Amino acid sequence: MSLTGVPAALLVAAPIVAPLAASAGAAKLGWRRSVAIGTVAAALAVLAVGAGTTVWTAGGGAVEAGNWFRIDALSGVMLIVIGAVGGVAAWVGIGYLDDELATGRTTANRARWYGTLVPLFLAAMVVAVLANNLGLLWAAIEATTIVTAFLVGHGRSRKSLEATWKYVIICSVGIALAYLGTVLVNYAATQAGVVEHGTLDWTELVAHAGDLDPGVMRLAFALLVLGFGTKAGLVPLHSWLPDAHSQAPAPVSALMSGVLLPVAVYALARYRVIAVASVDPSFVRGLLLAMALMSLVLAAGLLLAQRDYKRLLAYSSIEHMALAVIGVAIGTPLAIAAALLHIVGHGLGKAVLFCGAGEILARERSTRIDAVRGLFGRTPLLAGLFATGLVALLGLPPFSLFASEVGLVRAGVDAELGWVMAVVLVLLLVVFIAISTKAAGILLGSGPPEPAAVGALRTSTVVPLAAGLVVVAVLGIVDWPLGALLLAAAEIVGTR
Amino acid sequence: MTTQWLYLICGGLLLSSVMVLWRRELSAIVRLLVLQGVLLGALAGVLDVRLESAELGVVAVGVLALKAIVVPGILRRVLRDSAQDWGEARETEPLTNVPASIVAAALLTLLAYAAARPLVRLSPTAETHAVPVGLAMVLIGFFVLVTRRRALSQIVGFLLLDNGIATTAFLITGGVPGIVELAVSLDVLLVVLVLQVLTARLRTTFGGTDIDELRELHD
Repeated sequence: MSLTGVPAALLVAAPIVAPLAASAGAAKLGWRRSVAIGTVAAALAVLAVGAGTTVWTAGGGAVEAGNWFRIDALSGVMLIVIGAVGGVAAWVGIGYLDDELATGRTTANRARWYGTLVPLFLAAMVVAVLANNLGLLWAAIEATTIVTAFLVGHGRSRKSLEATWKYVIICSVGIALAYLGTVLVNYAATQAGVVEHGTLDWTELVAHAGDLDPGVMRLAFALLVLGFGTKAGLVPLHSWLPDAHSQAPAPVSALMSGVLLPVAVYALARYRVIAVASVDPSFVRGLLLAMALMSLVLAAGLLLAQRDYKRLLAYSSIEHMALAVIGVAIGTPLAIAAALLHIVGHGLGKAVLFCGAGEILARERSTRIDAVRGLFGRTPLLAGLFATGLVALLGLPPFSLFASEVGLVRAGVDAELGWVMAVVLVLLLVVFIAISTKAAGILLGSGPPEPAAVGALRTSTVVPLAAGLVVVAVLGIVDWPLGALLLAAAEIVGTR
Repeated sequence: MTTQWLYLICGGLLLSSVMVLWRRELSAIVRLLVLQGVLLGALAGVLDVRLESAELGVVAVGVLALKAIVVPGILRRVLRDSAQDWGEARETEPLTNVPASIVAAALLTLLAYAAARPLVRLSPTAETHAVPVGLAMVLIGFFVLVTRRRALSQIVGFLLLDNGIATTAFLITGGVPGIVELAVSLDVLLVVLVLQVLTARLRTTFGGTDIDELRELHD
């Protein structure tokens, strides 16, 4: 059952237009309460469209607007991720930026840029997941490099400038390689005679994937994995990520970690279905597994050695994206469903943690782990939220990351990748030890007697953070409401 | 007849990429980028005649304007500002010397020929036989990016890489669909503008644009 025509066009336009309107409002009016609330509303509109379209998509249908845009179950899951993470980040962002302005750490002009660019980022990400054309998908993901460049550099310090330079150079190069891959796919499609709706039309390419030339597609897929892998924070072009995540304002780190990285993984999942039908499937799986495992090893090693809690969270993002890519590499419907659930849980959990880290930084004035001690003693509520977020992220029950990690391992064993799963479990154990010992240092013990004079936590910070954690917990316990949608999405890009 | 023009232009494109490794003066390198932009426009023009596509003619004009005039113009301004305000050396200060760079370029070109074999095999026309040139430009651009220390030379590396991709795209499919081409061009322009702003900030913050200064963030 699919929806087409004017109602479909309206459903597709809403999640793109709403953030664009919020962005235009901020550009015109500057940073003010109404504008900030507008961004939250826009994110919730994205969430609502993702949830609302499940009527059609969860049953395997789609909402189709012309040849360019399409909402299927996979796009629906990603819309929910963008809306939920965007909602938390934008909501917390209200208080975050008000504080920055009040303490003079930012200026009205920079706040206006912040208010303009954050919804613009959301709009670009929505275009990426709604695009049915792989050229448009590429362009939307690339646009985020430009949009977020000045968000990463918001702090204007030497460090944030360094992070921004690395971010723009490395991501531009990575995404340029993905473009070369896209061009090669276009070439293979032209030669195979896929021209009905333009040669980069995803649905057409999936239908004709078997006709594409294996030699060209192998090269193309390698470039695409390298390119989108850069945006997803995978080895070898990962080095921008810890710098950018640690320097960006907290809500922006949350958005990059919870939305930007998963959308790049989403692009890989879309391409994988085409690649397994045209290229030797073991090449596709081997390439994705190799990159994911290398990233996991790197993340585990650097987590052990970490002395900065924002960078700790950044390397944990590399770890979780590696897990999601392992799911994509396995590629069975169960593995894809687990990877998507993992993306949802990680997005919300990481949004809570980065926003919490922003609060810790505002109070303690340092991102060094050994500079923050005994947080439970001074700000129990903040410490409690942060600790709960870490427990979720470590994959302990009842949180959904436990369910998704169990699902991934089961899918891997079913696909006769037992040894890979063994390696993954050992690395996860290393990560567990690394994060829990560092966290104990921050949360427990006795801190300095006189805490920094900062007011109580804002309600506009506590409510979204707590809500995010509750959702991750609920998703871990019950199948509803995401279950049917995840399975439908897994059928779209999963192969047996 | 057009085949010879095609190969001549592709030879020029490859040569201009290699020359970037040879010249040390940044202003000379910017002139080479202008030359490469003109050649890219000419490539689109020749393909327009060969493939009889009206769209490519428009693309040729756009490429010429963007890559031979607008982008080099921005780079010249970056160069002028850094020389005026800071008396900064106008040289690239590569990490590898010229002979080593040229040898590397030769090896990368061989690699490009090997990598392009499946592309040529799929459709052995005059155009696809020239595709290794595009891939070699991509690899040389990458090489420039990792071996140069000045902010401006990193931008140059990115642009070489991008020109290589554009060359490849023209040669194998006569360019991508128009709207994607537009998005790509806009993107290159915006990236260069962002990098221009960042270079200016690097200069005021670090007192220079030596990328080696950027080493406060590490584990």
